[in-house]
Amino acid sequence: MKITMAQALNQALAQEMARDERYVLLGEDVGPDGGVFRVTDGLIQKFGPERVIDTPLAESGLIGVSIGMAAFGLRPIAEIQFLGFIYPAFNQILSHVARLRNRTRGRYPVPMVIRTPYGAGVRALEHHSESTEALFCQLPGLTVVVPSTPYDAKGLLIASLRSEDPVIFLEPSRLYRGEKQDVPEEPYEVPLRAARTVREGTDVTVIGWGAMVPVMEKAADEAAGRGVSAEILDLRTLSPMDREAVLASVRKTGRAVVVHEAPKTCGLGAEISALISENALLSLRAPVARVTAPDITIPLPKAEDDYYVNPARVLAGILKTMEF
Amino acid sequence: MGLELTTKAPMLQILDEEGQVRPGAEPALAPAELRRIYEIMVLARTADAKALKLQRQGRMGTYASSLGHEACQIGTAFPLRPEDYFFPYFRDLGAYLTLGYPLADYYHYWMGNEAGLRTPDGLNLFALAIPVASQIPHAVGAALAAKLRKKTGAAVCTFGDGATSEGDFHEGLNFAGVFRTANVFVCYNNQWAISTPRSRQTASETIAQKAGAYGFPGVQVDGNDVLAVIASVREALDRARAGGGPTLIEAVTYRMGHHTTSDDATRYRTEEEVKAWEPRDPLRRLRIYLRSRGLSDEASEKGVLDAATNAVEKAVAEAESRPPATVDDLFAYTYKNMPPALAEQRTGLKEALKAEAGR
Repeated sequence: MKITMAQALNQALAQEMARDERYVLLGEDVGPDGGVFRVTDGLIQKFGPERVIDTPLAESGLIGVSIGMAAFGLRPIAEIQFLGFIYPAFNQILSHVARLRNRTRGRYPVPMVIRTPYGAGVRALEHHSESTEALFCQLPGLTVVVPSTPYDAKGLLIASLRSEDPVIFLEPSRLYRGEKQDVPEEPYEVPLRAARTVREGTDVTVIGWGAMVPVMEKAADEAAGRGVSAEILDLRTLSPMDREAVLASVRKTGRAVVVHEAPKTCGLGAEISALISENALLSLRAPVARVTAPDITIPLPKAEDDYYVNPARVLAGILKTMEF
Repeated sequence: MGLELTTKAPMLQILDEEGQVRPGAEPALAPAELRRIYEIMVLARTADAKALKLQRQGRMGTYASSLGHEACQIGTAFPLRPEDYFFPYFRDLGAYLTLGYPLADYYHYWMGNEAGLRTPDGLNLFALAIPVASQIPHAVGAALAAKLRKKTGAAVCTFGDGATSEGDFHEGLNFAGVFRTANVFVCYNNQWAISTPRSRQTASETIAQKAGAYGFPGVQVDGNDVLAVIASVREALDRARAGGGPTLIEAVTYRMGHHTTSDDATRYRTEEEVKAWEPRDPLRRLRIYLRSRGLSDEASEKGVLDAATNAVEKAVAEAESRPPATVDDLFAYTYKNMPPALAEQRTGLKEALKAEAGR
């Protein structure tokens, strides 16, 4: 059946919560309201208010309480309403979620999933459009996952929920109600730490994730019209990254373009570029190109399109790399 | 009608500063329990003094002394049952010892080893938190988990007066009030957060009264009176276990030492102030009481002190005999399954260390 990403995520939550009663969902407006993007729609009716918990409006408390639950027998699924509001909880994530397994030498791991919508392109208010995934990739112990299709969203969320490590699951708000896709009714896992080759190509590898994937596909279509065969890699797990997939593809094509909607400096593109130069320098026929947002605060909706990475810019990056 | 602040209830005290029991306040503790409490207090003080000595000798890292907090720490931990949970902060030696945490492990951690922070299996003692107040929501989560899993345990959390200014204090207590969790929050109000006095943390007349805003009771106790701390924590635990919700206990005490061995408290507080607290010493008070009950004498006290000194020396020897973390240890606990890139970095570090050793 063809469903949206929001519906696929809802299915994943409902199926895992039905399978294992240790899963407890908590967040702001996740109950009767079903979440502001309706990802938790209907779950309180299925599982009751003890397992679908509307919390006070307090992100640090929400993550901190989830830590205590995870350390003592539950599998909390914490929804942060928007990534832009997660920062009060950053101390909890950095100081505890990511490192408790290490600082207690395995005695108190905190398996939990923090779900949150992120990214631009939905004409949102201030603080609702940032793409700060790189902040979380700097924290050893944390797994950072971003789906780009309904199929992957369901499978990656189920894999994240079953992971013994804490996961921050970033849901591209622009794709919640994007293209529908056939998604199997039964539960399945899409493995973590494994990138997906969206399409094969021979001339250049285009690497991205989340809402950039459809943008990259459009650019690749146009590149094909100009005789350039682009391979598209969707990282899916940003940290720990599937380095082998990146390197194998770049060794094959000899060129790489990294695309992200986050600002350029110290974005994940820098890491990927360094990874390639450290490990596949002699395969490269051109410098690794980065197509990213500029290093400015993301504009409000009227100027959002000027800022946002679009297919034309990705295509320009591809062609520049080809012409080097 | 005027605007009035909620009024302060009298501070709970059972043993006065001369070790005399207030009329009618005799504690419900068996002689063996009272002796045990005294033993742990002596052990905590001896172990603390030893840690300071070790630090000066370069055998211990930066250390946060518990001197003067023994009644708070031991009184808070003593009434716990095995099914309960304890969420300590970084100044909680007495609580660790009361709960049966090996002193050698505690030393091992403060000597600079993560392995010392691994709680033995079967003990619900969470790893002490250094980021101030960040452990408070954890305790609420544990209590909420217990509630959802239909378990009987209550979760106790400790912190200092400085922690009450942090957002996590508010968020944690607010969650606890809303979900009526089985929590006991114990603030060791020792008057100082490094150099910042209690008066700079809050304009509230007491810390205990903050509980009112969260919809549950708050009580102020003499934090140098171990019997008063035990009585209040026990009552709060009973209420929590019976589904009566959380309690905030403000145990009023004084940080007799520096904040840590890296601090010099003479820069910001007077000697007179410290001296004024000396007669209120929690250990002295209990000693007088035990003698008055005929539960101890000079000889038995010497026996307790000797046993503590021996236990401390043994723990030091054990902690110092343990090897530091290996490179494998450093990498093994970052993820459940190590990513290949991390395994490569581990190999790289081993090779670098080998090369450096050969230089």
